[in-house]
Amino acid sequence: MTELSLNILDICQNSIKAECSEVRIIINEDIKNDILYMDIIDDGYGMDKEFLKKVEDPFTTTRTTRKVGMGIPLLKMECEMADGCFKIDSEKNVGTEIHCSFQYSNIDRPPLGDICDTILCLIRLNPQIDFFYSHIYDGEKFDFSTKEVREILGDVPLDTDEVLQFIKNYLDENIKNLYGGKTK
Amino acid sequence: MKSLAELAAIRDKMKAQVNIREENTENAIRVVVGMATCGIAAGARPVLNAFVEETAKRNLDNVMVTQTGCIGVCRLEPIVEITLPGEEKVTYVKMTPEKVAKVVADHIVNKKVVTEYTIGAAE
Repeated sequence: MTELSLNILDICQNSIKAECSEVRIIINEDIKNDILYMDIIDDGYGMDKEFLKKVEDPFTTTRTTRKVGMGIPLLKMECEMADGCFKIDSEKNVGTEIHCSFQYSNIDRPPLGDICDTILCLIRLNPQIDFFYSHIYDGEKFDFSTKEVREILGDVPLDTDEVLQFIKNYLDENIKNLYGGKTK
Repeated sequence: MKSLAELAAIRDKMKAQVNIREENTENAIRVVVGMATCGIAAGARPVLNAFVEETAKRNLDNVMVTQTGCIGVCRLEPIVEITLPGEEKVTYVKMTPEKVAKVVADHIVNKKVVTEYTIGAAE
């Protein structure tokens, strides 16, 4: 993957397949300690201990079209290449949590990329699921929740073009603001 | 700075239009993008967004853009399947946002398959 936002989009496909009702994506750019944290937490049907043990192996997959998976091992490899850690935990019928970290300044750490595009893609394709997104940059925090948007919208569906356009601008502006007005 | 309060205005504006949109789903043109690891790594996200933007630009509200998992020919990703109502599915391979504009104009609007981008031409 060329950017971490694509990994997030990819990992979330697992959550969606696990019939989750909410995905929480938490990014913390801890500049002072030179660490990038990334957490993806869902409330899907989870995995049993047996499957969890082999899930980091590229030759594990739930797909039926071929014998290799890739999503989780790819992310794990990217973490480890950038002196970080990768941890996945899951409980049957409760959910799955992925916690990863990277050395922020490491040359092998992929850029975060267009995170706004990823979230928009997720909402557009899964309007029935709630997404919570929290982004911290050097102590500054921005939270976004589709639950909150839904409350305001009432009967109007989340995947209406005008609503998505608003969310796009809203995310763009607020994320830019986190970085002090610069694009990153 | 944009605030969520602006959503209330959008809601009021949209309420009147919601019903019209629902009537259209039966004759919808389906655009399905492969969004498994292989698709995403090959660039499915910008392709999907290009379809959404291009159809919105042309006010084609009978087009449904959805996702699917791995279609099985990962080396030809990003793959997009388009189904017009009552017709057979057409599979486009190695898609790019640039190709999307032509596919929307020729196939979705003018009902003419862009043969050179299809899986038949690639194989």
